[in-house]
Amino acid sequence: MLNGSTFIRRELMIRIVRAFDDGTLETELDKIPIKLRPKNSISSRCCVYHDRAILKYRLMALLGVSVEDETDETKALSAYYAEKAWGGGTNETKPKTPLSVCGPACSGCPDAKVVSTPNCRGCFARPCVYNCPKKAISIVGGQSVIDQSLCIKCGKCITACPYHAIVKTSVPCEEACPVGAIRKNEHGVAEIDFARCIFCGKCFAACPFAAVMERSQLVDVLAAMKRGEKLVAMIAPAAEKQFPGKIEQLLAACAKAGFKDVMEVALGAEKTTEHETAEFIERMEKDQKTFMTTSCCPAWVNLVGKHMPDLIDHVSLTPSPMIYARELVKAKDPNAKTVFIGPCVAKRSEARRKDVDYVLSFEELGAILAGRKIDVIACEPWPVERPANPTARNYARSCGVTDAVLDEATSKIPGFKLNAKQINGIDKKTCTMVKLHASGKIPVNFLEVMACPGGCQNGPCSLS
Amino acid sequence: MDKIKVEVCCGTACYLLGAANLMSLEDMLPENCRGRVEVEAKTCLELCEKENLGGAPYVRFNDTEIMAQATPEKVLARISELVEGVA
Repeated sequence: MLNGSTFIRRELMIRIVRAFDDGTLETELDKIPIKLRPKNSISSRCCVYHDRAILKYRLMALLGVSVEDETDETKALSAYYAEKAWGGGTNETKPKTPLSVCGPACSGCPDAKVVSTPNCRGCFARPCVYNCPKKAISIVGGQSVIDQSLCIKCGKCITACPYHAIVKTSVPCEEACPVGAIRKNEHGVAEIDFARCIFCGKCFAACPFAAVMERSQLVDVLAAMKRGEKLVAMIAPAAEKQFPGKIEQLLAACAKAGFKDVMEVALGAEKTTEHETAEFIERMEKDQKTFMTTSCCPAWVNLVGKHMPDLIDHVSLTPSPMIYARELVKAKDPNAKTVFIGPCVAKRSEARRKDVDYVLSFEELGAILAGRKIDVIACEPWPVERPANPTARNYARSCGVTDAVLDEATSKIPGFKLNAKQINGIDKKTCTMVKLHASGKIPVNFLEVMACPGGCQNGPCSLS
Repeated sequence: MDKIKVEVCCGTACYLLGAANLMSLEDMLPENCRGRVEVEAKTCLELCEKENLGGAPYVRFNDTEIMAQATPEKVLARISELVEGVA
């Protein structure tokens, strides 16, 4: 969804692409914050100087630099740009952690609590008082008052009040994080504990101050293109409906933008379906009581690895569509460099582990297209050898993997039955659901987990 | 009476910066404006050069009048004014 945060991020990306193509990026970088917030202009925060300071950090993150690691505040953006070895696709040049929190942008939101507002009419029925399981609410001077030392933030009073007088304040990043990895530090500023973080990107999408930033490989990709690296764009299945026009037109737009070859990751998904189905059948033959869970969502794989070690053996060993797509590219040309383009933050961590050279978000791809004046609808469709299977393109939707596996299995074994469950979006509640499935309390043999509600198509870096 | 011409820039820059929200403008037209307006999605109108990028998305009325930072609300309000002949 477009809002002030996405607008500024996209504007900066487009400016970077334009300046890079003009050959002026190094000198332009330090001017961008001032040009966007000249003196006497309207500021988004306390003043234009605060805005400029944060714009500098945003540009740092877009250069792939970790904002937390800043040691020299006087260092200019041009210096970061000049000293960086751009691209090459080696792990040294890939950001270690895909996310970064900009302290000066963090508003230090007050701790979440349930409070009564002046909308309270001190009514006769007092459903808030009667429904509170902790007897935390009393009426003082005709107004409800919540004793914070007793309140457990269950929210029963919020739903009970006919005047909507009770509200819950929140710390959006903490509320969005399914694993408690983002917290305010001793200075009251949000900080990510990367040992816990699963890179789902929910805090990134949730922060209304846009203090959580993605560390980009945008300039790495631009530099690699300029060096003449053979970059192959691998477009995630979630690309459908991200840009106006058809997938084939988007592929053509990528080729026009400078990628040497283009392909749908859905072709890799076809292989995932084939192997994952075979793996599932084999597992069931060995042990009918066990269950298998999907491996295509990298945030889910990170969640299991960092927080649910007991489940590791249940995660499918079948590589994700991105990895099969990479194999297809490398089989065609071993010297090709792979660029995964999708809506996902966590794919950046998977790419580091699995030798995918670059990851771009749909926003970053959009910025390259915008900077190079390429309109997807104006492109002639790319002549694909064959379009990917619809069930493979469907991987981007919740239930997509389940449907694909069921389809494949029934084609092999008529009457094949799957006791499948889907976790449609990882949050604190669904983490509990996963544990119930794992413990056998809710029987299942195929558990599909997607970190984003609705699937990848609603990923944190999706356009629509 | 000539129809009012509304051109929505759907160049990739405008699309990323908000034109995606203007795609269904025609369905949002109020009763009195229907049939009197011609909404057209255009490829890049080249209005977003250099410092003008922040003004995206752009909409052009009757070939001359340019609206920056267009939102469905702003565009619909201007269409109503033009239909009613206010200005």
